[in-house]
Amino acid sequence: MSTLRNKLKPGWLLVLPFLALVVLFYLGPILNILMLSVTDPAPGLANYAKLGESDALARIMWTTVRICIVTTFFSVLLGYSIAYGMVHSSTQKQSLMLTLLLVSFWISILVRTFSWLMLLGNRGLINNTLLGLGIVSQPIEFMRNELGVLIGMIHYMIPYAVLPLLVNMQSLDMRVMNASRNLGASGTQTFWRIYLPLTRPGIVASSLLIFILSLGFYVTPAILGGGKVLMIAEYISVQLLVTLKWGTAAMLAALMLFGVLALLWLMSKFMKLSTVFGGSTQ
Amino acid sequence: MRTSVFASINRVWAWLLLLFLVLPALVAIPVSLTPKRFLSMPKGDFSLRHFEKLFNSADWLSSFAQSAIIAISTALLASVLGTLCAIGLWRVSSKYSEVVRAFLLLPLIIPQIISAMALYRLWIPMGLLDSYSGLILAHTILATPMVLITVSASLANFDPKLEQASKGLGASTWTTIRRVILPSVKPGIFAGALFAFILSWDEIVVTLFISKFTVYTLPRRMWNGIRENTDPTVAAAAVVLIGITIILFSISAIAARRRAQTTSG
Repeated sequence: MSTLRNKLKPGWLLVLPFLALVVLFYLGPILNILMLSVTDPAPGLANYAKLGESDALARIMWTTVRICIVTTFFSVLLGYSIAYGMVHSSTQKQSLMLTLLLVSFWISILVRTFSWLMLLGNRGLINNTLLGLGIVSQPIEFMRNELGVLIGMIHYMIPYAVLPLLVNMQSLDMRVMNASRNLGASGTQTFWRIYLPLTRPGIVASSLLIFILSLGFYVTPAILGGGKVLMIAEYISVQLLVTLKWGTAAMLAALMLFGVLALLWLMSKFMKLSTVFGGSTQ
Repeated sequence: MRTSVFASINRVWAWLLLLFLVLPALVAIPVSLTPKRFLSMPKGDFSLRHFEKLFNSADWLSSFAQSAIIAISTALLASVLGTLCAIGLWRVSSKYSEVVRAFLLLPLIIPQIISAMALYRLWIPMGLLDSYSGLILAHTILATPMVLITVSASLANFDPKLEQASKGLGASTWTTIRRVILPSVKPGIFAGALFAFILSWDEIVVTLFISKFTVYTLPRRMWNGIRENTDPTVAAAAVVLIGITIILFSISAIAARRRAQTTSG
């Protein structure tokens, strides 16, 4: 017992500084926010009752969930395609593909959002080109609507979708696919019946990851939505910085937090979380 | 597996998608070269006036400097805290340590808007709003999990027998950490420090809440410029940021390649 204690002690001492920092300066204020949701402006569940009463709140929640679902679907679909293309390329091409993926991962979100603004605006590059070629007579409204928000968000999320899928696909035993082909199945059959089911853990993990990241997304909806597409994160910031309603904001933050934690729990059922997070930083 | 038509079509499609990921950001380059006073695509003639303006603007330069100070401090603090924490959790390696690890990764996955709200709420009574220490502390909390991940990944490849050998030869715990463990997780620490730097350098959501006038970081100035949507100096700043990203990326890629060569040969 004493040797065990000697072994444990120095380890925990090293963990302590960051653990204390997180507990005091992060967990503490987050619990404070959760408290606020049931105490501000008056104790009780009045803030939560607003969900049923206010049409605006219901609309914002629905907009957020809808955008998250569409973003998740397309990010994972396109991400799957990239990951599949990568594992089926030569090592050299694969490293070039990984470079492109990581460069896009690294470019500042503000730079990317700015670029979309330049591309999608009424006088943006895309509309100018389409008008110049005579394909359309009126500029297409890409921005200040959900389409713009979705384009910006999917573009941002695709790299996050690729990484868990890539980890999953690289771990597959290709002999299974060869066996299927040798037994007479076509390539398409092998893909649908063998390959796709084997990559289900990757699909689930990357879907949940994208959904979690999209739920609290702020920058892209705020800029590309141009005030027309209000998602929860932007609504929270308005409540705090403009109308100073901490109670409503805290209630929304609490719902978002519980949503995220529930999804994380679900995700841990399908994949070791450390693989996802470890994979996303390699 | 024999290559099917489907797989070859998908390969082309995958390349197109990858280009779609990278190319849109490059539109900032022509926009930054416009000779006009407002945001526009240049038609025929180019000018460097907006870069000139960027590098002569006291506001933009101070934002660059402030962001650099905050990001470097964050990277240093996060690497120390994250490395200690990763080594500690690795040494403990029990059921509890895995729970603590999952808990400590939360700042990375909890939506930034919630972190922003919580930190804003706490920073008001602590008087940390709109100060360097407030921003550095906030960014350190958000960035340290990055270092925890990268150093833990390095430790996973570390042979525990080396630690036992060091102990067996009479080295103290501290000496073992300093002379045996730290050198072998150096790549993880560097990678983590770089990620921490980028996280802080690029952080906008928390920054929007906890800074105001005194501290005005680069993302904050970009954010304002983008919202006003008139001044092409933003485009010039975006191009400089893309340049910095590519330089940092190349450095880390070269370092990774050199490491791979030394370990394999």
